[in-house]
Amino acid sequence: MRPFEMWEPSEVAQAVALLDSAHLAPGSRAPRLLAGGQDLLGELKDDLARPAALINLKGIAGLDEIEEVASGGQSPHALRIGSLVTLARIADNATLQERYPLLCAAAVSVGSPQIRSQATLGGNLCQRPRCIYYRNAAALCLKKGGRECFAEGGVNRHNAILGGGPSWIVHPSDLAPALVALDASVELTSPTGTRELSLADFFTLPADGDVLRENRLGPQEMITSLTLPAGGGMTGAMTEKATGGRSGDVRQVYMKFRERESFDFALVSVSMRVRVVDDRIRAARLVLGGVAPIPWRCLGAERLLADKPLEPQSFAAAAQVALAAAEPLEQNAYKVPLATTLIMRAGAALTAETR
Amino acid sequence: MEVLSLKVNGDTRCLAAAPQATLLEVLREELGLTGCKQGCDKGDCGACTVLLDGQPVLACLTLAALVQGREITTIEGLAPAHRRRCAESPCASKQDKLHPVQDAFDEAGALQCGFCQSGMILSATALLQRDDDPKRETIREALSGNLCRCTGYTQIIEAVERASDEHAGREHRPRAWEQPATEPAGEGES
Repeated sequence: MRPFEMWEPSEVAQAVALLDSAHLAPGSRAPRLLAGGQDLLGELKDDLARPAALINLKGIAGLDEIEEVASGGQSPHALRIGSLVTLARIADNATLQERYPLLCAAAVSVGSPQIRSQATLGGNLCQRPRCIYYRNAAALCLKKGGRECFAEGGVNRHNAILGGGPSWIVHPSDLAPALVALDASVELTSPTGTRELSLADFFTLPADGDVLRENRLGPQEMITSLTLPAGGGMTGAMTEKATGGRSGDVRQVYMKFRERESFDFALVSVSMRVRVVDDRIRAARLVLGGVAPIPWRCLGAERLLADKPLEPQSFAAAAQVALAAAEPLEQNAYKVPLATTLIMRAGAALTAETR
Repeated sequence: MEVLSLKVNGDTRCLAAAPQATLLEVLREELGLTGCKQGCDKGDCGACTVLLDGQPVLACLTLAALVQGREITTIEGLAPAHRRRCAESPCASKQDKLHPVQDAFDEAGALQCGFCQSGMILSATALLQRDDDPKRETIREALSGNLCRCTGYTQIIEAVERASDEHAGREHRPRAWEQPATEPAGEGES
Protein backbone atom coordinates (compact mmCIF):
# COMPACT_ATOMS: atom_id res chain seq x y z
CA MET A 1 0.00 0.00 0.00
CA ARG A 2 1.07 3.57 -0.66
CA PRO A 3 1.65 5.69 2.44
CA PHE A 4 -1.23 7.64 3.91
CA GLU A 5 -1.93 9.54 7.10
CA MET A 6 -4.46 8.33 9.65
CA TRP A 7 -6.90 10.91 10.95
CA GLU A 8 -8.90 10.09 14.07
CA PRO A 9 -12.06 12.20 14.51
CA SER A 10 -14.09 11.62 17.68
CA GLU A 11 -17.36 13.02 16.30
CA VAL A 12 -19.30 12.74 13.05
CA ALA A 13 -19.08 16.54 12.55
CA GLN A 14 -15.27 16.35 12.67
CA ALA A 15 -15.22 13.39 10.27
CA VAL A 16 -17.26 15.11 7.58
CA ALA A 17 -15.35 18.38 8.10
CA LEU A 18 -12.14 16.45 7.39
CA LEU A 19 -13.60 15.40 4.02
CA ASP A 20 -13.32 19.05 2.91
CA SER A 21 -10.59 19.10 0.30
CA ALA A 22 -9.90 22.79 1.05
CA HIS A 23 -7.45 21.97 3.82
CA LEU A 24 -5.50 19.42 1.79
CA ALA A 25 -1.97 20.24 0.67
CA PRO A 26 -1.99 21.23 -3.04
CA GLY A 27 -1.85 18.20 -5.33
CA SER A 28 -2.69 15.63 -2.66
CA ARG A 29 -5.60 13.29 -3.11
CA ALA A 30 -8.92 13.39 -1.30
CA PRO A 31 -9.10 11.46 1.97
CA ARG A 32 -11.35 8.41 2.32
CA LEU A 33 -13.58 7.29 5.16
CA LEU A 34 -12.47 4.07 6.87
CA ALA A 35 -14.98 1.86 8.66
CA GLY A 36 -14.31 -1.92 8.68
CA GLY A 37 -11.81 -1.55 5.84
CA GLN A 38 -12.67 -4.91 4.27
CA ASP A 39 -13.29 -3.37 0.83
CA LEU A 40 -11.15 -0.22 1.14
CA LEU A 41 -7.95 -2.07 2.07
CA GLY A 42 -8.39 -4.18 -1.06
CA GLU A 43 -8.72 -1.01 -3.14
CA LEU A 44 -5.59 0.45 -1.54
CA LYS A 45 -3.60 -2.75 -2.10
CA ASP A 46 -4.71 -2.88 -5.74
CA ASP A 47 -3.76 0.81 -6.11
CA LEU A 48 -7.29 1.77 -7.13
CA ALA A 49 -7.48 4.45 -4.43
CA ARG A 50 -4.62 6.73 -3.45
CA PRO A 51 -5.95 8.87 -0.61
CA ALA A 52 -3.65 11.25 1.23
CA ALA A 53 -5.33 10.14 4.46
CA LEU A 54 -7.87 7.76 5.90
CA ILE A 55 -10.49 9.12 8.28
CA ASN A 56 -11.00 6.40 10.89
CA LEU A 57 -14.66 6.27 11.91
CA LYS A 58 -14.26 3.54 14.53
CA GLY A 59 -13.36 6.03 17.26
CA ILE A 60 -16.72 7.84 16.94
CA ALA A 61 -19.15 6.88 19.70
CA GLY A 62 -22.78 6.08 18.89
CA LEU A 63 -22.40 4.85 15.32
CA ASP A 64 -22.45 1.17 16.29
CA GLU A 65 -25.87 0.91 17.94
CA ILE A 66 -29.04 -0.97 17.06
CA GLU A 67 -31.96 0.80 18.72
CA GLU A 68 -35.73 1.14 18.62
CA VAL A 69 -36.99 4.61 17.72
CA ALA A 70 -40.42 5.90 18.71
CA SER A 71 -42.54 6.31 15.58
CA GLY A 72 -45.91 7.92 16.22
CA GLY A 73 -47.46 5.11 18.23
CA GLN A 74 -46.96 2.58 15.44
CA SER A 75 -46.06 -0.88 16.60
CA PRO A 76 -43.61 -2.43 16.39
CA HIS A 77 -41.34 0.62 16.55
CA ALA A 78 -38.97 1.54 13.78
CA LEU A 79 -35.46 0.22 14.20
CA ARG A 80 -32.31 2.26 13.60
CA ILE A 81 -29.02 0.54 12.80
CA GLY A 82 -25.84 2.62 13.03
CA SER A 83 -23.58 2.59 9.99
CA LEU A 84 -20.64 1.13 11.97
CA VAL A 85 -22.57 -1.95 13.17
CA THR A 86 -20.73 -5.02 11.92
CA LEU A 87 -22.36 -7.62 9.67
CA ALA A 88 -21.69 -10.26 12.34
CA ARG A 89 -23.79 -8.27 14.81
CA ILE A 90 -26.60 -7.80 12.27
CA ALA A 91 -26.62 -11.54 11.58
CA ASP A 92 -26.72 -12.41 15.32
CA ASN A 93 -29.11 -9.74 16.63
CA ALA A 94 -32.22 -11.35 18.16
CA THR A 95 -34.61 -8.46 17.36
CA LEU A 96 -33.48 -8.38 13.74
CA GLN A 97 -33.75 -12.17 13.48
CA GLU A 98 -37.32 -12.02 14.71
CA ARG A 99 -38.55 -9.05 12.68
CA TYR A 100 -36.26 -8.89 9.64
CA PRO A 101 -34.92 -12.41 8.99
CA LEU A 102 -34.42 -11.31 5.35
CA LEU A 103 -31.74 -8.86 6.49
CA CYS A 104 -29.99 -11.37 8.77
CA ALA A 105 -29.91 -13.94 5.96
CA ALA A 106 -28.38 -11.36 3.61
CA ALA A 107 -25.79 -10.37 6.25
CA VAL A 108 -24.70 -13.93 6.95
CA SER A 109 -24.30 -14.54 3.21
CA VAL A 110 -21.60 -11.86 2.96
CA GLY A 111 -17.97 -12.96 2.78
CA SER A 112 -16.53 -15.21 5.47
CA PRO A 113 -16.88 -15.14 9.28
CA GLN A 114 -13.55 -13.25 9.42
CA ILE A 115 -14.81 -10.57 7.03
CA ARG A 116 -18.20 -10.27 8.76
CA SER A 117 -16.59 -9.65 12.13
CA GLN A 118 -15.03 -6.42 10.80
CA ALA A 119 -17.17 -5.35 7.80
CA THR A 120 -19.82 -2.73 8.56
CA LEU A 121 -23.31 -1.89 7.33
CA GLY A 122 -22.26 1.47 5.88
CA GLY A 123 -19.19 -0.03 4.25
CA ASN A 124 -21.22 -2.83 2.70
CA LEU A 125 -23.55 -0.28 1.07
CA CYS A 126 -20.61 1.79 -0.23
CA GLN A 127 -18.54 -1.10 -1.64
CA ARG A 128 -16.96 -0.42 -5.00
CA PRO A 129 -17.65 -2.71 -7.98
CA ARG A 130 -16.05 -6.14 -8.32
CA CYS A 131 -15.86 -5.96 -12.15
CA ILE A 132 -12.50 -7.46 -13.15
CA TYR A 133 -11.66 -4.41 -15.27
CA TYR A 134 -12.43 -2.02 -12.43
CA ARG A 135 -10.29 -4.07 -10.03
CA ASN A 136 -7.33 -4.10 -12.44
CA ALA A 137 -5.34 -0.89 -11.92
CA ALA A 138 -3.83 -1.23 -15.42
CA ALA A 139 -7.25 -1.07 -17.12
CA LEU A 140 -8.33 2.57 -17.39
CA CYS A 141 -12.02 1.76 -17.68
CA LEU A 142 -15.05 4.03 -17.62
CA LYS A 143 -15.42 3.59 -13.84
CA LYS A 144 -11.88 4.90 -13.36
CA GLY A 145 -12.21 7.93 -15.60
CA GLY A 146 -11.43 6.17 -18.89
CA ARG A 147 -13.53 6.29 -22.05
CA GLU A 148 -14.71 2.72 -22.38
CA CYS A 149 -16.47 0.00 -20.42
CA PHE A 150 -14.23 -2.94 -21.32
CA ALA A 151 -16.79 -5.41 -19.96
CA GLU A 152 -19.34 -4.45 -22.62
CA GLY A 153 -17.40 -6.26 -25.35
CA GLY A 154 -15.00 -8.24 -23.15
CA VAL A 155 -15.21 -10.67 -20.26
CA ASN A 156 -18.70 -9.98 -18.92
CA ARG A 157 -19.83 -13.20 -17.27
CA HIS A 158 -20.47 -11.40 -13.97
CA ASN A 159 -21.81 -8.11 -15.33
CA ALA A 160 -25.24 -6.48 -15.56
CA ILE A 161 -28.27 -7.78 -17.46
CA LEU A 162 -30.56 -4.96 -16.31
CA GLY A 163 -29.95 -1.21 -16.13
CA GLY A 164 -26.52 -1.46 -17.73
CA GLY A 165 -24.78 1.13 -19.91
CA PRO A 166 -22.63 3.03 -20.38
CA SER A 167 -21.03 1.06 -17.49
CA TRP A 168 -22.08 -2.57 -16.97
CA ILE A 169 -21.03 -3.12 -13.35
CA VAL A 170 -23.29 -4.89 -10.88
CA HIS A 171 -23.63 -3.50 -7.39
CA PRO A 172 -21.79 -5.96 -5.10
CA SER A 173 -23.78 -5.37 -1.89
CA ASP A 174 -25.89 -8.23 -0.53
CA LEU A 175 -27.47 -6.01 2.14
CA ALA A 176 -28.62 -3.27 -0.25
CA PRO A 177 -31.33 -5.31 -2.05
CA ALA A 178 -32.49 -6.80 1.26
CA LEU A 179 -32.78 -3.34 2.84
CA VAL A 180 -34.59 -1.92 -0.22
CA ALA A 181 -37.08 -4.81 0.05
CA LEU A 182 -37.57 -3.82 3.70
CA ASP A 183 -38.39 -0.18 2.72
CA ALA A 184 -35.33 1.06 4.63
CA SER A 185 -34.27 4.68 4.62
CA VAL A 186 -30.74 5.97 4.96
CA GLU A 187 -29.53 8.92 7.04
CA LEU A 188 -26.73 10.97 5.49
CA THR A 189 -24.74 13.51 7.47
CA SER A 190 -22.73 16.45 6.08
CA PRO A 191 -21.36 19.64 7.63
CA THR A 192 -24.71 21.32 6.88
CA GLY A 193 -26.80 18.74 8.72
CA THR A 194 -28.54 15.45 8.05
CA ARG A 195 -30.97 14.30 5.37
CA GLU A 196 -32.92 11.11 5.02
CA LEU A 197 -33.45 9.30 1.72
CA SER A 198 -35.27 6.13 0.84
CA LEU A 199 -32.45 3.64 0.34
CA ALA A 200 -33.81 2.86 -3.14
CA ASP A 201 -33.17 6.51 -4.06
CA PHE A 202 -29.63 6.43 -2.62
CA PHE A 203 -28.24 4.34 -5.48
CA THR A 204 -27.78 5.70 -9.01
CA LEU A 205 -27.57 4.07 -12.41
CA PRO A 206 -24.49 4.91 -14.48
CA ALA A 207 -26.72 6.50 -17.12
CA ASP A 208 -28.53 8.73 -14.59
CA GLY A 209 -25.85 9.86 -12.21
CA ASP A 210 -22.08 10.24 -12.26
CA VAL A 211 -20.64 7.16 -13.98
CA LEU A 212 -17.71 7.22 -11.52
CA ARG A 213 -20.05 6.68 -8.57
CA GLU A 214 -22.76 4.26 -7.47
CA ASN A 215 -24.75 6.51 -5.12
CA ARG A 216 -25.82 10.04 -4.26
CA LEU A 217 -23.42 10.64 -1.36
CA GLY A 218 -22.23 14.24 -1.52
CA PRO A 219 -18.50 15.05 -1.42
CA GLN A 220 -18.65 15.81 2.31
CA GLU A 221 -21.34 13.33 3.28
CA MET A 222 -21.34 9.99 5.09
CA ILE A 223 -23.95 7.37 5.99
CA THR A 224 -24.71 7.59 9.71
CA SER A 225 -27.59 5.11 10.02
CA LEU A 226 -30.27 3.03 8.33
CA THR A 227 -33.88 2.95 9.56
CA LEU A 228 -36.30 0.08 9.11
CA PRO A 229 -39.87 1.41 9.20
CA ALA A 230 -42.36 0.94 12.02
CA GLY A 231 -45.05 -1.68 11.58
CA GLY A 232 -42.97 -3.63 9.06
CA GLY A 233 -43.55 -1.13 6.21
CA MET A 234 -45.52 -1.80 3.00
CA THR A 235 -48.55 -0.06 4.54
CA GLY A 236 -48.68 2.61 1.85
CA ALA A 237 -49.50 0.00 -0.75
CA MET A 238 -52.62 -1.13 1.04
CA THR A 239 -55.92 0.29 2.25
CA GLU A 240 -57.86 -0.69 5.34
CA LYS A 241 -60.83 -1.62 3.16
CA ALA A 242 -58.90 -3.97 0.93
CA THR A 243 -57.72 -6.01 3.89
CA GLY A 244 -60.86 -5.75 5.99
CA GLY A 245 -58.88 -3.84 8.60
CA ARG A 246 -56.47 -6.71 9.19
CA SER A 247 -52.78 -6.26 8.55
CA GLY A 248 -52.26 -9.89 7.64
CA ASP A 249 -48.93 -11.59 8.00
CA VAL A 250 -45.69 -10.49 6.43
CA ARG A 251 -43.43 -13.17 4.97
CA GLN A 252 -39.91 -12.53 3.77
CA VAL A 253 -37.07 -14.50 2.26
CA TYR A 254 -33.55 -13.92 0.98
CA MET A 255 -31.93 -16.27 -1.53
CA LYS A 256 -28.49 -15.96 -3.07
CA PHE A 257 -26.82 -17.96 -5.78
CA ARG A 258 -23.03 -17.88 -5.94
CA GLU A 259 -20.38 -19.81 -7.83
CA ARG A 260 -18.62 -20.98 -4.69
CA GLU A 261 -20.71 -22.15 -1.73
CA SER A 262 -18.15 -21.31 0.98
CA PHE A 263 -18.18 -17.58 0.27
CA ASP A 264 -18.59 -15.42 -2.78
CA PHE A 265 -20.39 -12.44 -4.24
CA ALA A 266 -23.89 -13.04 -5.64
CA LEU A 267 -24.38 -14.08 -9.24
CA VAL A 268 -28.03 -13.38 -8.49
CA SER A 269 -29.83 -12.73 -5.22
CA VAL A 270 -33.53 -12.36 -4.53
CA SER A 271 -34.98 -10.34 -1.65
CA MET A 272 -38.72 -10.90 -1.45
CA ARG A 273 -41.35 -9.77 1.01
CA VAL A 274 -45.13 -10.14 0.81
CA ARG A 275 -48.05 -9.21 3.00
CA VAL A 276 -50.63 -11.97 2.96
CA VAL A 277 -54.32 -11.76 3.95
CA ASP A 278 -56.56 -14.82 3.53
CA ASP A 279 -54.04 -16.56 1.29
CA ARG A 280 -53.87 -13.60 -1.08
CA ILE A 281 -50.85 -11.38 -1.58
CA ARG A 282 -51.84 -7.79 -0.76
CA ALA A 283 -48.49 -6.09 -1.25
CA ALA A 284 -45.10 -7.28 -2.42
CA ARG A 285 -41.48 -6.21 -2.64
CA LEU A 286 -39.13 -7.94 -5.07
CA VAL A 287 -35.54 -6.74 -5.36
CA LEU A 288 -32.76 -8.47 -7.29
CA GLY A 289 -29.05 -8.30 -6.48
CA GLY A 290 -26.13 -9.20 -8.75
CA VAL A 291 -27.96 -8.26 -11.96
CA ALA A 292 -27.76 -4.46 -12.21
CA PRO A 293 -25.60 -1.47 -11.21
CA ILE A 294 -28.09 -0.83 -8.38
CA PRO A 295 -30.31 -3.05 -6.21
CA TRP A 296 -32.92 -3.80 -8.89
CA ARG A 297 -36.46 -3.27 -7.70
CA CYS A 298 -38.97 -5.13 -9.90
CA LEU A 299 -41.90 -2.71 -9.73
CA GLY A 300 -43.87 -4.39 -12.53
CA ALA A 301 -43.62 -7.77 -10.85
CA GLU A 302 -44.58 -6.22 -7.48
CA ARG A 303 -47.72 -4.72 -9.06
CA LEU A 304 -48.56 -8.04 -10.66
CA LEU A 305 -48.17 -9.91 -7.37
CA ALA A 306 -50.49 -7.58 -5.44
CA ASP A 307 -53.90 -9.26 -5.15
CA LYS A 308 -52.71 -12.58 -6.62
CA PRO A 309 -53.25 -15.82 -4.70
CA LEU A 310 -50.29 -16.98 -2.61
CA GLU A 311 -49.27 -19.87 -4.83
CA PRO A 312 -46.25 -20.82 -7.00
CA GLN A 313 -47.95 -19.84 -10.30
CA SER A 314 -48.19 -16.21 -9.16
CA PHE A 315 -44.44 -16.06 -8.68
CA ALA A 316 -43.75 -17.74 -12.04
CA ALA A 317 -45.72 -14.96 -13.72
CA ALA A 318 -43.93 -12.33 -11.63
CA ALA A 319 -40.53 -13.75 -12.63
CA GLN A 320 -41.40 -13.41 -16.32
CA VAL A 321 -42.33 -9.76 -15.83
CA ALA A 322 -39.25 -9.08 -13.69
CA LEU A 323 -36.83 -10.33 -16.35
CA ALA A 324 -38.73 -9.13 -19.43
CA ALA A 325 -36.49 -6.10 -19.86
CA ALA A 326 -33.22 -8.02 -19.43
CA GLU A 327 -30.51 -7.20 -22.02
CA PRO A 328 -27.76 -9.75 -21.49
CA LEU A 329 -24.24 -9.24 -22.81
CA GLU A 330 -22.37 -11.95 -24.68
CA GLN A 331 -21.50 -14.14 -21.65
CA ASN A 332 -24.12 -13.46 -19.00
CA ALA A 333 -27.44 -14.58 -20.52
CA TYR A 334 -27.42 -17.41 -17.95
CA LYS A 335 -28.41 -14.85 -15.33
CA VAL A 336 -31.90 -14.59 -16.86
CA PRO A 337 -33.00 -18.20 -16.18
CA LEU A 338 -31.00 -18.14 -12.93
CA ALA A 339 -32.92 -15.10 -11.64
CA THR A 340 -36.22 -16.53 -12.91
CA THR A 341 -35.60 -19.78 -11.04
CA LEU A 342 -34.48 -18.03 -7.88
CA ILE A 343 -37.63 -15.84 -7.85
CA MET A 344 -39.77 -18.97 -8.23
CA ARG A 345 -37.87 -20.74 -5.44
CA ALA A 346 -38.28 -17.72 -3.19
CA GLY A 347 -42.01 -17.66 -3.96
CA ALA A 348 -42.27 -21.40 -3.26
CA ALA A 349 -40.54 -20.88 0.09
CA LEU A 350 -42.99 -18.11 1.03
CA THR A 351 -45.97 -20.21 -0.09
CA ALA A 352 -44.81 -23.23 1.90
CA GLU A 353 -44.37 -21.18 5.09
CA THR A 354 -47.11 -22.25 7.48
CA ARG A 355 -48.82 -19.95 9.94
CA MET B 1 6.40 5.89 11.54
CA GLU B 2 4.54 5.79 14.78
CA VAL B 3 5.10 3.85 17.98
CA LEU B 4 2.43 1.21 18.40
CA SER B 5 1.62 -0.74 21.52
CA LEU B 6 -0.03 -4.07 20.73
CA LYS B 7 -1.33 -6.74 23.11
CA VAL B 8 -0.21 -9.95 21.44
CA ASN B 9 -0.67 -13.34 23.11
CA GLY B 10 -0.97 -11.72 26.52
CA ASP B 11 2.16 -9.56 26.24
CA THR B 12 2.39 -5.87 25.44
CA ARG B 13 4.72 -5.34 22.49
CA CYS B 14 5.95 -1.91 21.38
CA LEU B 15 7.20 -1.30 17.87
CA ALA B 16 7.43 1.35 15.18
CA ALA B 17 5.17 1.06 12.15
CA ALA B 18 3.76 3.22 9.37
CA PRO B 19 -0.01 3.94 9.29
CA GLN B 20 -0.42 1.65 6.28
CA ALA B 21 1.25 -1.36 7.99
CA THR B 22 -1.15 -4.30 8.21
CA LEU B 23 -1.39 -6.46 11.30
CA LEU B 24 -0.06 -9.34 9.18
CA GLU B 25 3.09 -7.41 8.23
CA VAL B 26 3.71 -6.34 11.81
CA LEU B 27 3.17 -9.81 13.28
CA ARG B 28 5.45 -11.52 10.79
CA GLU B 29 8.12 -8.93 10.11
CA GLU B 30 8.37 -6.95 13.35
CA LEU B 31 7.39 -9.54 15.95
CA GLY B 32 8.62 -12.70 14.19
CA LEU B 33 5.28 -14.47 14.63
CA THR B 34 5.46 -16.30 11.31
CA GLY B 35 2.78 -18.82 12.26
CA CYS B 36 0.41 -16.20 10.83
CA LYS B 37 0.64 -16.95 7.11
CA GLN B 38 0.52 -14.64 4.12
CA GLY B 39 -1.49 -16.34 1.40
CA CYS B 40 -3.46 -14.12 -0.96
CA ASP B 41 -2.98 -10.92 1.10
CA LYS B 42 -6.43 -9.72 0.00
CA GLY B 43 -9.00 -11.46 2.15
CA ASP B 44 -9.72 -14.53 0.04
CA CYS B 45 -7.83 -17.39 1.74
CA GLY B 46 -7.99 -17.02 5.54
CA ALA B 47 -4.38 -18.16 6.07
CA CYS B 48 -3.66 -14.97 8.06
CA THR B 49 -6.58 -15.48 10.46
CA VAL B 50 -5.88 -14.29 14.01
CA LEU B 51 -8.23 -13.73 16.94
CA LEU B 52 -9.10 -10.13 17.84
CA ASP B 53 -10.79 -10.11 21.27
CA GLY B 54 -11.59 -13.77 20.59
CA GLN B 55 -13.17 -13.22 17.15
CA PRO B 56 -11.46 -14.45 13.97
CA VAL B 57 -10.32 -11.63 11.67
CA LEU B 58 -8.04 -11.37 8.65
CA ALA B 59 -4.69 -9.84 9.65
CA CYS B 60 -4.07 -8.84 6.00
CA LEU B 61 -7.20 -6.62 6.01
CA THR B 62 -6.53 -5.11 9.44
CA LEU B 63 -4.38 -2.02 10.00
CA ALA B 64 -2.03 -2.59 12.94
CA ALA B 65 -2.41 0.97 14.22
CA LEU B 66 -6.14 0.47 14.73
CA VAL B 67 -6.03 -2.63 16.97
CA GLN B 68 -3.97 -1.15 19.79
CA GLY B 69 -5.47 -2.04 23.16
CA ARG B 70 -7.27 -5.10 21.82
CA GLU B 71 -6.36 -8.73 22.58
CA ILE B 72 -4.59 -10.30 19.60
CA THR B 73 -4.09 -14.08 19.64
CA THR B 74 -1.91 -15.85 17.09
CA ILE B 75 -1.25 -19.56 16.76
CA GLU B 76 1.92 -19.09 18.85
CA GLY B 77 -0.17 -17.91 21.80
CA LEU B 78 -2.65 -20.78 21.99
CA ALA B 79 -0.53 -23.43 23.74
CA PRO B 80 1.14 -21.10 26.30
CA ALA B 81 -2.27 -19.65 27.24
CA HIS B 82 -3.64 -23.17 27.60
CA ARG B 83 -0.70 -24.23 29.83
CA ARG B 84 -1.18 -21.14 31.99
CA ARG B 85 -4.87 -21.95 32.41
CA CYS B 86 -4.06 -25.58 33.26
CA ALA B 87 -1.44 -24.60 35.84
CA GLU B 88 -4.10 -22.60 37.68
CA SER B 89 -6.73 -25.33 37.61
CA PRO B 90 -7.16 -28.96 38.70
CA CYS B 91 -6.39 -30.19 35.18
CA ALA B 92 -2.70 -29.44 35.80
CA SER B 93 -2.03 -33.14 36.17
CA LYS B 94 -2.72 -33.63 32.46
CA GLN B 95 0.62 -31.97 31.62
CA ASP B 96 -0.71 -30.78 28.29
CA LYS B 97 1.88 -29.47 25.90
CA LEU B 98 -0.47 -28.15 23.23
CA HIS B 99 -3.89 -26.57 23.07
CA PRO B 100 -6.59 -29.29 22.79
CA VAL B 101 -7.58 -28.14 19.29
CA GLN B 102 -3.93 -28.49 18.21
CA ASP B 103 -3.83 -31.98 19.73
CA ALA B 104 -7.02 -32.89 17.88
CA PHE B 105 -5.59 -31.66 14.54
CA ASP B 106 -2.49 -33.77 15.23
CA GLU B 107 -4.45 -36.89 16.16
CA ALA B 108 -6.92 -36.58 13.27
CA GLY B 109 -4.14 -36.08 10.70
CA ALA B 110 -5.77 -32.79 9.74
CA LEU B 111 -2.93 -31.38 7.70
CA GLN B 112 -1.04 -31.97 4.53
CA CYS B 113 1.16 -28.99 3.65
CA GLY B 114 0.11 -27.18 6.83
CA PHE B 115 -0.12 -23.70 5.31
CA CYS B 116 -3.79 -23.21 6.21
CA GLN B 117 -3.47 -24.87 9.59
CA SER B 118 -2.82 -21.84 11.84
CA GLY B 119 -5.90 -20.10 10.47
CA MET B 120 -8.01 -23.27 10.60
CA ILE B 121 -7.07 -23.91 14.25
CA LEU B 122 -7.80 -20.32 15.27
CA SER B 123 -11.19 -20.30 13.50
CA ALA B 124 -11.99 -23.66 15.14
CA THR B 125 -10.89 -22.41 18.56
CA ALA B 126 -13.16 -19.37 18.28
CA LEU B 127 -16.05 -21.64 17.26
CA LEU B 128 -15.53 -24.02 20.21
CA GLN B 129 -15.42 -21.05 22.59
CA ARG B 130 -19.02 -20.15 21.71
CA ASP B 131 -20.37 -23.64 20.88
CA ASP B 132 -18.72 -26.61 22.58
CA ASP B 133 -20.80 -29.16 20.67
CA PRO B 134 -21.10 -27.82 17.13
CA LYS B 135 -22.96 -29.67 14.42
CA ARG B 136 -21.03 -30.54 11.27
CA GLU B 137 -22.85 -27.81 9.35
CA THR B 138 -21.84 -25.26 11.99
CA ILE B 139 -18.21 -26.37 11.75
CA ARG B 140 -18.26 -26.02 7.97
CA GLU B 141 -19.73 -22.52 8.26
CA ALA B 142 -17.18 -21.50 10.89
CA LEU B 143 -14.31 -22.71 8.69
CA SER B 144 -15.81 -21.41 5.41
CA GLY B 145 -13.36 -18.50 5.32
CA ASN B 146 -10.30 -20.75 5.54
CA LEU B 147 -9.21 -22.37 2.30
CA CYS B 148 -7.18 -25.61 2.25
CA ARG B 149 -5.51 -25.93 -1.13
CA CYS B 150 -4.64 -29.57 -0.35
CA THR B 151 -8.45 -30.00 -0.01
CA GLY B 152 -8.04 -31.87 3.28
CA TYR B 153 -11.37 -30.67 4.63
CA THR B 154 -12.73 -34.02 5.85
CA GLN B 155 -9.95 -34.56 8.39
CA ILE B 156 -10.04 -30.90 9.40
CA ILE B 157 -13.76 -31.09 10.20
CA GLU B 158 -13.17 -34.40 12.01
CA ALA B 159 -10.42 -32.75 14.06
CA VAL B 160 -12.86 -30.09 15.27
CA GLU B 161 -15.40 -32.81 16.17
CA ARG B 162 -12.63 -34.69 17.97
CA ALA B 163 -11.72 -31.60 20.00
CA SER B 164 -15.36 -31.10 21.01
CA ASP B 165 -15.74 -34.82 21.89
CA GLU B 166 -12.56 -34.66 23.95
CA HIS B 167 -13.78 -31.55 25.77
CA ALA B 168 -17.13 -33.19 26.59
CA GLY B 169 -15.47 -36.47 27.63
CA ARG B 170 -17.34 -38.30 24.86
CA GLU B 171 -16.09 -41.22 22.83
CA HIS B 172 -14.58 -40.04 19.54
CA ARG B 173 -16.77 -40.32 16.46
CA PRO B 174 -15.40 -42.71 13.84
CA ARG B 175 -13.25 -41.05 11.18
CA ALA B 176 -14.09 -41.19 7.48
CA TRP B 177 -11.79 -44.13 6.77
CA GLU B 178 -13.07 -46.04 9.79
CA GLN B 179 -16.67 -45.97 8.61
CA PRO B 180 -18.23 -48.66 6.42
CA ALA B 181 -18.13 -47.77 2.73
CA THR B 182 -21.13 -45.74 1.56
CA GLU B 183 -22.40 -44.49 -1.76
CA PRO B 184 -19.78 -42.33 -3.50
CA ALA B 185 -22.25 -39.45 -3.80
CA GLY B 186 -21.57 -38.35 -0.21
CA GLU B 187 -21.55 -34.75 0.81
CA GLY B 188 -19.12 -32.66 -1.20
CA GLU B 189 -16.56 -30.47 0.45
CA SER B 190 -16.25 -26.94 -0.71
